[in-house]
Amino acid sequence: MVAIADSVPKPISRFRFILDRRDVLGALFVAPAILYVLLLVGVPFLMAIYYSLSAYTIYNPEWTFVGLSNFVDILENPVFKTTLYNTFIFTFGSQMLGLVLGKFGALLLLRPFPGRKIVRALIILPWAVPVALATVAWQWMFDSLYSVINWTLIAAGLIDRANAPNWLGNPDLAMLSIIVVNGWRFFPFAIVIFLAGITAVPQDVIDAATVDGAGFWRRNYQIILPMILPIMTIGLVFGIVFTFTDLSIVFLMTNGGPVGATSVLGFAGFQTGIVSGDVSHGAAISLFMLPVLLVIVVVMLRFIRRREI
Amino acid sequence: MAAVLTRDIVKKFGEVPAVNGISLNIPDGEFMVLLGPSGCGKTTYLRIICGLEQQTSGDLLIGGNIVNELPPRARGVAMMFQSYGLYPHYTVRNNIAFPLKTQRVPRVEIDKKVEWASQLLGIKRLLDRKPRELSGGERQRVALARALVREPTALLLDEPLSNLDAKLRASARLEIKAFQQRVGLTTIYVTHDQVEAMGMGDRIAVIDGGRVRQVGTPTEIYDDPADRFVATFVGTPPMNILDQNGGAVGFRPENFLPKDMMEDQSFAEFNFRVDRSEYLGSERIVYGVVEGFDPKQIVTAKLPPAHVDEASIRPGEWHPFAVRNAALRYFDADGNRASRH
Repeated sequence: MVAIADSVPKPISRFRFILDRRDVLGALFVAPAILYVLLLVGVPFLMAIYYSLSAYTIYNPEWTFVGLSNFVDILENPVFKTTLYNTFIFTFGSQMLGLVLGKFGALLLLRPFPGRKIVRALIILPWAVPVALATVAWQWMFDSLYSVINWTLIAAGLIDRANAPNWLGNPDLAMLSIIVVNGWRFFPFAIVIFLAGITAVPQDVIDAATVDGAGFWRRNYQIILPMILPIMTIGLVFGIVFTFTDLSIVFLMTNGGPVGATSVLGFAGFQTGIVSGDVSHGAAISLFMLPVLLVIVVVMLRFIRRREI
Repeated sequence: MAAVLTRDIVKKFGEVPAVNGISLNIPDGEFMVLLGPSGCGKTTYLRIICGLEQQTSGDLLIGGNIVNELPPRARGVAMMFQSYGLYPHYTVRNNIAFPLKTQRVPRVEIDKKVEWASQLLGIKRLLDRKPRELSGGERQRVALARALVREPTALLLDEPLSNLDAKLRASARLEIKAFQQRVGLTTIYVTHDQVEAMGMGDRIAVIDGGRVRQVGTPTEIYDDPADRFVATFVGTPPMNILDQNGGAVGFRPENFLPKDMMEDQSFAEFNFRVDRSEYLGSERIVYGVVEGFDPKQIVTAKLPPAHVDEASIRPGEWHPFAVRNAALRYFDADGNRASRH
């Protein structure tokens, strides 16, 4: 037998197949996202910390270290307490509304019906439409003179002109209004989450519940709902984080009014830091959201892990 | 405990009949197996009996009462699904208790019945576990306990052994059958595995294309098949069927033996050219071609190795083989059993 190799074989260049290596390829794919996060989220975050620890305003643009006094200031401010309270009400209310609408929407979209495909495409609109567009439309719907909601209620004989609700002028109604708009924006996302969860429930389990004598309500609330709780909680985490930090609806519709009744953290941070120019306190308000959200998210993720099926 | 009777059940999905007129009478306490290939309609038929599907036409009687319009819980039947359908977020105890809770049985009663059912199936020590912590066999027993705790009129099983590994399947088969005999519950068992069917059934209904091809005891199905489908579906290796004169003649591989193994009986002779031989330990399967018939038709013989020396059945050679006349089965042009002429 002739020797297989008469000479020492030439090693293949290490770089020819470098893109076949999963670790290299993986790092390459993730790099843009990481860069994005670092530049557009990380750097502003660090800047916020930087400013929150200073007495920097646009009228006095010098960085002087003041420690945590900005945070102390805002915590002692009663307006801030109202803002914090508002943010929780706003978040909780709109998430609950979105979930309830989302659950019913998902159930309705489960069974085939004529036109279901169109409905499924259209139902995404509240979530997909630019928030400015949606909010302006709602603003007109809530307008004190031209509200179509009031018009309908008057036409139905339920209220008269003199007692028509002043949606954006009454502090409680204004909060309700922004809750409605945000719930309306959130519910398509909730529908998608619920549909994903419900269709993942094995048919055998649902059949078994039917054979075991469970009617519609018991099947949905004792069997299906507990099984989709993990995915529902994930959806809720997203919803809470986005709503808690949202400023767009308040900014566009109520501008924090009337009398601060709809001022939420994101809006207050923007108002203080950018509009009023008090960058240091604005940064402190914005940063305040972080620990609160962190606690909420950690608690919810822990909850999911314990219930993992 | 009740008898189940179906009269001409038809189920159409759109234009396609999945179940095409099945009438079966299952007396109280019988273990009836519905055997057939995938897609033959046996599972749809079982779901109709259960109440999860509504038949397009036909009547269903349980315990002598027509139950066509009744929901599953009103029929009193219990069903065990292929993947068990256990509630993953409930403990075993709550899984078993669930059907009683929906009937608003008092708490004390529920606890007693759960005790009884878990005792019956030997799963008392598992009561506080969740389904994901159980093995396949344990889950199956929990599913069975949940089905039995209501003391149902009939027990319906949809291929319950297909998720188990082969070894577990054999022991589970024995357990289920022994259990059913002890409790005396009317049972309808769906499977595509003919070994399960033959081993467990009091009677077997062979189903194909939405219709029953034959109903009978395992012996009747095996020795006296009603048509070619039943003849070839049951038995491994399947019955040899050779086309001749517009009809066909069939014989099982274990009846196709070397001529010199025939004692003084009347038999039919065949010249058999062996092409391939498989030694399986307890038997030898020999494949080949019979002279005088279609050369593309492969004929199988199942030989007991104790009596047949390997050297005597060499591949490539023609050997004289024979089948006892009593073991020959004739089929007409439509595939149905015919008498000899």
